Amino acid sequence: MGNVNVTVNGIEVSVPDNYTAMLAARQAGVEIPSLCFLKDVNEIGACRVCVVEADIKGVPMRNLPASCILQVAEGMNIRTNTAKVRKAVKTNVELILANHNRECLTCKRNQNCELQSLCDELGIDQVRFQGEKRKPTIDNLSHSIIRDASKCILCGRCISTCRDVQGIGVLDFTHRGFQTEVAPAFDFSMRDVDCVYCGQCIEACPVAALTERQYIDEVFEAIEDPEKFVVVQTAPAVRASLGEEFGMPVGTRVTGKMVAALRRLGFDKVFDTNFSADLTILEEGTELLNRVTTGGVLPMITSCSPGWIRFCEMKYPEFLPNLSTCKSPQQMFGAILKTYYAQKMGIDPKKIVSVSVMPCTSKKTEANRPEMEVDGLRDVDYSLTTRELGDMIKRARIRFANLPDETADSILGEYTGAGVIFGATGGVMEAALRTVADILTGKDLKDIEYNAVRGLDGVKEASVVLPIDGKDTEIKVAIAHGTANAAKVLDAVKAGEKDYHFIEVMACPGGCVHGGGQSIVSAQVRLDVNPKANRAAALYAEDEACVKRKSHDNEEVKALYNEFLGKPNSHLSHKLLHTHYAPRKVYECQA
Amino acid sequence: MPEDPEVNQNRFGTGVGNNTQRRLGNVNDQSKCACSCGCITAEDPRFAELKSYIDSLNQEQGITMPVLQEAQRSFGYLPLEVQKFISENTGVPLAEIYGVATFYSQFAIEPKGRHHIGVCMGTACYVKGSQKVLDKLVEELKVKVGCTTSDGKFTLEATRCLGCCGLAPCIMIDDDVFGKLDDVSRIPDILGKYE
Ligand code: SF4
Ligand code: SF4
Ligand code: SF4
Ligand code: FES
Ligand code: FES
Repeated sequence: MGNVNVTVNGIEVSVPDNYTAMLAARQAGVEIPSLCFLKDVNEIGACRVCVVEADIKGVPMRNLPASCILQVAEGMNIRTNTAKVRKAVKTNVELILANHNRECLTCKRNQNCELQSLCDELGIDQVRFQGEKRKPTIDNLSHSIIRDASKCILCGRCISTCRDVQGIGVLDFTHRGFQTEVAPAFDFSMRDVDCVYCGQCIEACPVAALTERQYIDEVFEAIEDPEKFVVVQTAPAVRASLGEEFGMPVGTRVTGKMVAALRRLGFDKVFDTNFSADLTILEEGTELLNRVTTGGVLPMITSCSPGWIRFCEMKYPEFLPNLSTCKSPQQMFGAILKTYYAQKMGIDPKKIVSVSVMPCTSKKTEANRPEMEVDGLRDVDYSLTTRELGDMIKRARIRFANLPDETADSILGEYTGAGVIFGATGGVMEAALRTVADILTGKDLKDIEYNAVRGLDGVKEASVVLPIDGKDTEIKVAIAHGTANAAKVLDAVKAGEKDYHFIEVMACPGGCVHGGGQSIVSAQVRLDVNPKANRAAALYAEDEACVKRKSHDNEEVKALYNEFLGKPNSHLSHKLLHTHYAPRKVYECQA
Repeated sequence: MPEDPEVNQNRFGTGVGNNTQRRLGNVNDQSKCACSCGCITAEDPRFAELKSYIDSLNQEQGITMPVLQEAQRSFGYLPLEVQKFISENTGVPLAEIYGVATFYSQFAIEPKGRHHIGVCMGTACYVKGSQKVLDKLVEELKVKVGCTTSDGKFTLEATRCLGCCGLAPCIMIDDDVFGKLDDVSRIPDILGKYE
């Protein structure tokens, strides 16, 4: 790979020869507008709002090439700001607008919409083309995702994300011409198809065509009800993204302000899912040791990611016995809240409203799984996304940036560094290894940073030697994030090419830090920053700042076992904290 | 727990293309469920034939088109069962297959009946009461516009001007034109001529 010299609006730059004109322009300090382009994911040159004038050594290129897919060449001269370009771009945007349900004031993406900002930046002051418009057709049947075709600009970003990044392919262009619609096959609702509700398509969508199903009003109502005791838990990854909703840099850690904001919103208790992440490690670590020593089904696979669980149930049912029976931290938290906590505090569990804030859209569907309850009381009543919490804070007109740092309430609020890193790919594995290694060696090991399991490689492998029944045994582990990578690992295990003891799978690329409920980062910003890396760094920083960094050192979790559960995997643990799975059929009416 | 989402959009979950209806200017409810059409069972020998055809293809190349063409030839249309089978046996996501099947007009999603009825909705026929003709046919055949009777005999569609305005209102069944249908009571007899 060499470099080439190109000129952008008269500025000479030398750029790698695999660059596109758009990237070269960026290097020259010029931002070319884009809509359908999403780095590494959707590079199809469909919307043509990124067109430029170009010539190579004086030979003009025909038409106006789309800069997002135009590869640079030596001597290329790119002009982004000529009358011809401005006119073409404006016309192309106006054509998109002609068939767009323009109702920004009442739109979920108001002020956070790539199309809207583009219109502002391009000075679109009228839409010269009038014609038939797509009808607002709203698919709100799933618990997680809402699709509104009238907002869709047919950019294809969701399609590429779901098909190529996640390896699923729920959505595609259907029909043709004016009737073209990005939708699941046969116009099925997203409730009835092989969607895992990871929400990666929401993160990819530049407009409001794909959004999460919201429960903000229900939560505000519960808070106002004096009869209700409303408790909130926040997942580890939320603190690494919530600040973005208030204009902070991607990956700013806002743990203390988040807690302060939740108190000001009026929650009766502000707890932390990190607490139940620590609890999960004790249950799951114990389960792993049992399986290894008693010849149970191996490899054991983590079960904290509901998108992954759904994927496994739909596409790899033969691996269901491999799944850990542990509920996810969200559900464990709810179960403990309405039993142990309610008893200890003398609160009628029926009056408790269990709210969670998650980086995830799949958690909404998980919370709604029929089996996720104990004695008729739902573990989690409302699961919100990071974005919804941002919206609530805005609605309550809390000045987020000015909040003091506060800490979560006890007795379900303490957490260790191990709980925090659950939010990044490899984090659950590292947390588990920290605890399992201590248990097996009987020591308080100091070397606790497992760097092999960190980072953004799609599939990571590691092995540690630990004494089992007095014998040094090599424990082999693998980590996959994103369902496409999960499929790769499972295929390799199925084919007998790989054997592991323990596999961590998270449905979202990068893990929860890049979940479908996190703050949306625009395609242009993503050219410069990697939200997965920035947010993961925030979590590892918080881990390092923790005095306790191993789940089994969590005093409140210890108390929970001493006073209530007995020991990990006890009878009561099984009743409250474990669950079961079943193969799932799709493309069938589920009404 | 929040209630189950309200079923306020009859199109979802029915597995029936709203677009198909929109094209025909009929956006009313559609109770027919393509996911339980029942015309093609899993035991149908044509599935095995299709499977060997898929296996005979070079998986490296784009196989969606040839497989869909073969399926269209053999089944006559591409309902959910057939597309699902293709998806499972090629690894191509169902949405992508459906996307191709609905893009090219050579493919049909809905079954085509043995006889095609086109009811002219051109201006002359319309003015002369073709809506009544259409309504009568819907009533007689117990199908919606754009659909095929459960016995597979007729597919009912609305069409543009058939070019025989002098006979308005008129319909066309296969290649036969029936005109001056102001008296819709003639319709059952006309239908009776077809097997
Ligand atoms: S999607 Fe964007 S442009 Fe469209 S209505 Fe919503 S905010 Fe406005
Ligand atoms: S939520 Fe995930 S699985 Fe579902 S359509 Fe979006 S990207 Fe695909
Ligand atoms: S739903 Fe969003 S991401 Fe998908 S094609 Fe439409 S506008 Fe693009
Ligand atoms: S064509 Fe380049 S951004 Fe859409
Ligand atoms: S309008 Fe019906 S045939 Fe011309």
